[in-house]
Amino acid sequence: MSTNKDYKWVGTSPIRPDGADKVTGKAAFGADKNLPGMLHGKILRSPYGHAKIKSIDTSAAESAPGVLAVMTSKDLPDLASEMGEAGESAVDFRDLSQNILAAGKVLYHGHAVAAVAATSPKLAKQALKLIKVEYEELPVVLEIEDAMADDAPILHENQFTPGGSQDKPSNIAGKMKLPRGDIEKGFAEADVIVEREFTTPTVHQGYIEPHAVTASMSASGHADVWCCTQGAFVVRAMTAKVLNMDVGKVKVTPSEIGGGFGAKTTVYLEPIAVKLSEMSGRPVKMVMDREEVLRATGPTSASVIKIKLGATNDGKLVAAEGTLKYGAGAYKGSPMGPGCMCVFASYEIPNFVVRGFDVVLNKPKVAAYRAPGAPMAAFAMESVMNEMAGKLDLDPIDFRLENAVKEGSVAAYGPKFPAIGFVETLKAAKEHPHYSAPLGKNQGRGVGTGFWFNIGMQSSATLNVNESGSVTLITGSADIGGSRASMALFAAEELGIDYDLITPLVSNTEEAGYCDVTGGSRTTFATGMAVVKASKNLVANMKKRAAKTWGVEVDEVLWQDGQAVPPFSSGKNPMSMAEIAASAAKTGGPLTASASLTAQGAGAGFGVHICDVEVDPETGKTDVIRYTAIQDAGKAIHPAYVEGQYQGGAAQGIGWALNEEYVYNDKGVLQNFGFLDYRMPVANDLPMIDTVIVEVPNPAHPYGVRGVGETPIVPPLAAVAEAVNNAAGVRITDLPISPPRLLAEIDAK
Amino acid sequence: MESVQYHAPQSLEEAVPLLKQARQTPSRILAGGTDLLIQMRAGVKSPEMLIDIKKIPETTGFEIGADEIRLGAAVPSAVMDESPELHQQLPGVVEGMELIGSTQVQGRATPGGNLCNASPAGDGAPAMIASSGQCVVFGPNGVRTIPVEEVCTAPGRTSLADDEFIQEFRFPTPKAGQADAYLRFIPRNEMDIAVVGVAANITVDAGGICTAAKVTLGAVGPTVVIATEVAELLVGTKLDDATLEKAAEIASGLGSPISDKRGTAEFRHRIAGVLTRRVIKIAATRAGERL
Repeated sequence: MSTNKDYKWVGTSPIRPDGADKVTGKAAFGADKNLPGMLHGKILRSPYGHAKIKSIDTSAAESAPGVLAVMTSKDLPDLASEMGEAGESAVDFRDLSQNILAAGKVLYHGHAVAAVAATSPKLAKQALKLIKVEYEELPVVLEIEDAMADDAPILHENQFTPGGSQDKPSNIAGKMKLPRGDIEKGFAEADVIVEREFTTPTVHQGYIEPHAVTASMSASGHADVWCCTQGAFVVRAMTAKVLNMDVGKVKVTPSEIGGGFGAKTTVYLEPIAVKLSEMSGRPVKMVMDREEVLRATGPTSASVIKIKLGATNDGKLVAAEGTLKYGAGAYKGSPMGPGCMCVFASYEIPNFVVRGFDVVLNKPKVAAYRAPGAPMAAFAMESVMNEMAGKLDLDPIDFRLENAVKEGSVAAYGPKFPAIGFVETLKAAKEHPHYSAPLGKNQGRGVGTGFWFNIGMQSSATLNVNESGSVTLITGSADIGGSRASMALFAAEELGIDYDLITPLVSNTEEAGYCDVTGGSRTTFATGMAVVKASKNLVANMKKRAAKTWGVEVDEVLWQDGQAVPPFSSGKNPMSMAEIAASAAKTGGPLTASASLTAQGAGAGFGVHICDVEVDPETGKTDVIRYTAIQDAGKAIHPAYVEGQYQGGAAQGIGWALNEEYVYNDKGVLQNFGFLDYRMPVANDLPMIDTVIVEVPNPAHPYGVRGVGETPIVPPLAAVAEAVNNAAGVRITDLPISPPRLLAEIDAK
Repeated sequence: MESVQYHAPQSLEEAVPLLKQARQTPSRILAGGTDLLIQMRAGVKSPEMLIDIKKIPETTGFEIGADEIRLGAAVPSAVMDESPELHQQLPGVVEGMELIGSTQVQGRATPGGNLCNASPAGDGAPAMIASSGQCVVFGPNGVRTIPVEEVCTAPGRTSLADDEFIQEFRFPTPKAGQADAYLRFIPRNEMDIAVVGVAANITVDAGGICTAAKVTLGAVGPTVVIATEVAELLVGTKLDDATLEKAAEIASGLGSPISDKRGTAEFRHRIAGVLTRRVIKIAATRAGERL
């Protein structure tokens, strides 16, 4: 396969089919679903960071005006500990249930304790005040190292470290180790060794749309759920599990989605809304406010990461050691695993060992966030790579080229890489004019690189040909980055018809074939594969219909530019898709085609970012003044939306590096629970983020696609930090690089 | 509280009976509402009556006279920012208002509202005080005039009675060689709350000597700090680098800032000094251009 292949539609950037509705306010998001007789649900949340629930008395709330249902964890089935698939990662369904409504203990400030459904939001809120909860406050533990200490307050009395003491409960919920070679020998061969410890704070994905659901339980026990999610099928699976229902009795219809970034692959409200609907006999709507989103939904982990790296004087990496500790929040399940697998994945290192720790804390349970675990790991590793390049007096990109993984390299996490584009991406960065542009006073430049696996998983697609020859394209993959446009482009290319003749839809769990979550940068890759396969099936069927009409053999029929072409000897004229559709009733009935698959061979993504900053040495304020994101897309199906992914990931990474952090007081109460003080970058905090799309085709995909959504958030943390190091003459190891922290670093130098 | 009464008097006269009612009914004055409506939504404030003063002509216009500038309390900051005359006469006061919130918020936010919200970090007050602003306070018994610095008494508290509101501000029209400026520090570039804000109003003579000065600091104490010591230091000097360094040092020691999610007390002290030096320079440059 070649990237030079001429495509008519693939590789163009038409307007997204959902665009006009979104910019005119007609698109329906999670909170836009209303039903007759609908009640409003509200949640009572813990005022403590850690406490035993001694008793809950809901009687006064039950008899309050307008209240039709009140529930606590007692109204949910008591689930056994059981691991299940949850989008990209695994989840323990008992933890999931207890996170939805606390049982016995509250583990973080904002943990849901009870829920009310009433005839108005106001009455529901008033009723919450009538619920009497008796708590016994317990000490909180908020920092990873504190939680790992022997005398730490314990969150779960029944949690023991695997391979550790089975008598003494621990906050260390999981450990992992990835070894290769002999690190003692490796470090003995090193001429230069750099060793540093890095910390990153808890940060939230910052999606604009809060979680919202409307649910209606029918008298026959069939639940209808409308919500904003990245995966209707995962909401169905989790809701069914938490309520002990069969998945076939739960229908989930996804709304348009106002941002997810990985976080909308779990459930908080959905099982509660279904249960409240069952209890009240009325539909129930629940919408979080921003404060609830920040206090009680999953951010991503804080981390403490130590890297020791050894290299020879000629720039060859010989040994590496990494210790990666991730805070999981209240329940096990930080992205320790992917973090450990990613940390050395970009380089050929003969000897290394990676150790990972999954640590519970009195903070909300983390959820996925764009390349979960990788940005923190790359912040540490890439910072050490930059420092090492300086010590070896090598250009930082040359140093990486010397050690970069390429086709045939054995990845640090096991498999052998097929064709990958890290070397090509590094070279494109080095050749970019940004890399050699002059800098002014108090300005500095940094580079960082990033790796992400990307995933395949299960997808389905259905094409229904309308009698006019236009096509309805149905998948169950939520569109969070313009994927409907990409799906239509694949179908247009395969069928040979105009993009505008295809209506791509994201349907519900009863009408679409099964699709795993939109996550892991998988949708354009995997659901795209299903669309291509279904399109090929449809073409085969249409060729058959034409052959039948003409009375020729099907293998004599060609498909070209949207029409069936007969053999010359037949003397017939080609039949357009519209003609084949119009005569379908006579040739075998409606034209439909479906395909379902488990996609294999998601190609790894590599990115290189170049960042320039200017630091005000008197205030510690950092301004990003130029930024370029370079990444291998395999093949960009819709280049404008690929660029959008690069830019969005870079913007989130810049925010993570500079100002975003959860600020807790010593009682575990989040202080900055709104976007005013949870400081994501606003538009004028960012320069135009330039992009370069490198295309090294993924051999496992019919068009060469690699996922592109997650890799772009991996490089920025180190790129920004290195730019600050070079602008201010400091060495940043702790994020965020907020003005007070940077001013202290400048003072200390 | 099940509902809120909303009144929009068309004149000062029409406001009088409503203000009298406000003595008994928990009420708030509504101007742009960019603070109040959010506080009501968050349940921080629950008035039973709102008196919207935007329809009262005295609150919405501004006039630049030879001796006095009149600025209605409910003039939106976007309107202030669009006036070349206001920029010319009171650039610091305009700067304090035009950097509040987003473009959309600036279409509603007003100087009277910003002052009466009485946030220690309010961006409007420091320059209004540095430029010797007076408030014309309207009540059922007529008007009284007080200096801007006498309005805020503590975070969220003002000296106004329940039946009063600020009708307009009055500033002495700057003389030749006089100008103001305002600078604030935020970690981002907009949509944020001042970690520290500093305003200066500086008068220079033809020889470049500072003949009058007023410097004020926001967000380093419960209310705006008037840095008299800094002003005294500046008068009689040429505002040379050594003087400005000394001014910065004094300013760094003023106030009683707190450590919170927006910055540490130590950081606020440091930034107060940096901004003091920078804002005096800006005001002095502007003053020199007005000779």
